Amino acid sequence: MTAIEVQDLSKRFRVFRDKPTSLKQRLLTSHARPEDFWALRDVSLDVHEGSTFGLIGHNGSGKTTLLKCVAGILRPTAGLVRQRGRLAALLELGAGFHPELTGRENAYLNAAFLGLSRKDTDRAYEDIVAFAELEDFMDNQVKFYSSGMLVRLGFAIAVHVEPDILLVDEVLAVGDEAFQAKCLDRVREFQRQGRTIVLVTHALDTVIEICDRAAMLDHGRVHAIGAPADVVREMRYVLLGVSDPNFVPEEGTREAEIVEVQVVRSNGASTGPILRKDRFTIQVDVRQNEPVDDLDVDFQILDGATNYPVLERRTSQAGFALGRFDKKRVRFRVDAFPYEPGKYWITIGLSDRSTGHLYHVQTQRYLFEIVDAPRVQERVDVSVEVEVEDL
Amino acid sequence: MAATVQTVERTSEPPRLRVGERLRVLAAHREILANLIRKELKVKYAASVLGAVWSLLNPLVYLAVFTFVTRVLDSGVPNYPVYLLSGLLAWNLFSAAVTAGSRSVLDNGNLVKKVAFPREILPLASIGVALVDYLLQSAVLLVFIVVTGYGLHLPELALLPLAFLALVVFTTMLTLPLAALNVRYRDVWHLLNIALIVWFWVTPIVYPSALVQDQLAGRDLLGFLYFLNPMVAVVEGMHRALYGTVVADGTPVLFDVSLGWLAGVLLAVLVASLVLLRLAWGAFFSRSGDFAEEL
Repeated sequence: MTAIEVQDLSKRFRVFRDKPTSLKQRLLTSHARPEDFWALRDVSLDVHEGSTFGLIGHNGSGKTTLLKCVAGILRPTAGLVRQRGRLAALLELGAGFHPELTGRENAYLNAAFLGLSRKDTDRAYEDIVAFAELEDFMDNQVKFYSSGMLVRLGFAIAVHVEPDILLVDEVLAVGDEAFQAKCLDRVREFQRQGRTIVLVTHALDTVIEICDRAAMLDHGRVHAIGAPADVVREMRYVLLGVSDPNFVPEEGTREAEIVEVQVVRSNGASTGPILRKDRFTIQVDVRQNEPVDDLDVDFQILDGATNYPVLERRTSQAGFALGRFDKKRVRFRVDAFPYEPGKYWITIGLSDRSTGHLYHVQTQRYLFEIVDAPRVQERVDVSVEVEVEDL
Repeated sequence: MAATVQTVERTSEPPRLRVGERLRVLAAHREILANLIRKELKVKYAASVLGAVWSLLNPLVYLAVFTFVTRVLDSGVPNYPVYLLSGLLAWNLFSAAVTAGSRSVLDNGNLVKKVAFPREILPLASIGVALVDYLLQSAVLLVFIVVTGYGLHLPELALLPLAFLALVVFTTMLTLPLAALNVRYRDVWHLLNIALIVWFWVTPIVYPSALVQDQLAGRDLLGFLYFLNPMVAVVEGMHRALYGTVVADGTPVLFDVSLGWLAGVLLAVLVASLVLLRLAWGAFFSRSGDFAEEL
């Protein structure tokens, strides 16, 4: 049984260079023609009842427009959306929050918008507060909340909505790691309860992990649809700007193998954006399946926008001879990464120091983001060293 | 989960209003309406010590000031404060609801763009807020009427529910299309504010209605135009219901018409407003699908 059926859905936006918002402008510029922009073009897809569907694509590829058409916020220009069951759309956390109201009042208001009745909200209230970890703040006006607290409250309400179909736009990517883990747990619980979920996200690994099916949108069209792993692979190719289908993300003879790669932030976390000029460590776990004598481990960081390599280093350069081993962990510590904020790819390679033979290479497999200031204006851990000196 | 699975289809067709079905949808979303009204009221009185007392203070001050002023200056209308307030409160409801309501979709743009809910709720919430104020202030007026010994006029009081109903329906009828129109043309709201100033003075609120009857006697066209204004009937209905006396202390104050005639006019306003409300609602509804795009 399909929960959501999308047939040949198209959505056109009229883009006015200078949209007339007054009668005078309208009368004076009657000849100004709007330009058409097709945000969606002949999109067809089915989402089965009880399944989790991932939607991925570039910014501006039409993901959010599609969600809005399904949710009934936007009217399609052509085509059809059929929905079976009660639907709730989480396009924004804390929609309708008003700064002058208390956390409690906002919770009830926001819950009403998400389709929770007052009785449901009463019942879920304690749970919501606990989930958001805001026990002591619910009677404060939310204008005194940090943005992290706002996001937590918004999400806590959102996950207590119990529709048959849940549309989620990019809101899983909030909060710290512990909070994200809690959110994913909640999504899993939704799945167990047999609810249908449509998820828009940039976190490709999440798609593979929790979705049953996925689609990739590109310029408003369905570029790929099917098993999450396949669609994500396709997405990675496109992200890399590789139109060459022969692009090999992984190669090598595997006498030595890359087991795990983590980008460890200065606070110990392995996800989330990295502050510019902050320290981070690329940690590579290597295993030798067969004895290798002269192993060289290297990394390369490439600018995500241009694919231009900006930094590379190999263990041999630093004077290491790794020798024979079973498992080893190599840490490349990067002090103060000076490049522009943005996304960066990491390529990891295992090769022979003398012959250059490739044992294992993962090309542009790992992604991290450099940001200028903390995204969430919360307290950031800043280590302060204190020294006292006798004079 | 819902026992019966509802199927919804969305196409490019602008939705057509089916009143019964839509009323059920609105009823299902009544909690959003209640929450929005509550929010507006709370925000209005947030960080104020007296809160809703401010709402009550407004008519109280009017009553006090005009009781005092009319002692000094002769307004020509006996018991002028009661006359003024009975019409003014109705006007305030109308103008507050229409002004806030016509901006409601625009002001809540972020909600409209991010949340799916029946858009009618936004202008309805503005009307609801104005209604709450009206009820509070009317209570003050009623207490004043009783306490000062002015007294209620019984057969006339029966006009109150009819006038009130006509007022609310007429206000809603006007607010819905203005809210929809204001999304595309922001002029609407400014134009409305100018129009309301003129409208206020062509409605017998501060001056006695009898004066108009006097002035317009024999000028049929002008008189006809004057009485085309539905607010004349509404305000005069309120006057008749609360002020009660057509000729007070030998001074003609209200229109010299029978109660039945006035009731008939109010009924006509109500019926016409209901018919137009159906059209206005339909226009709002068919446009509401595009609000998210136009904001």
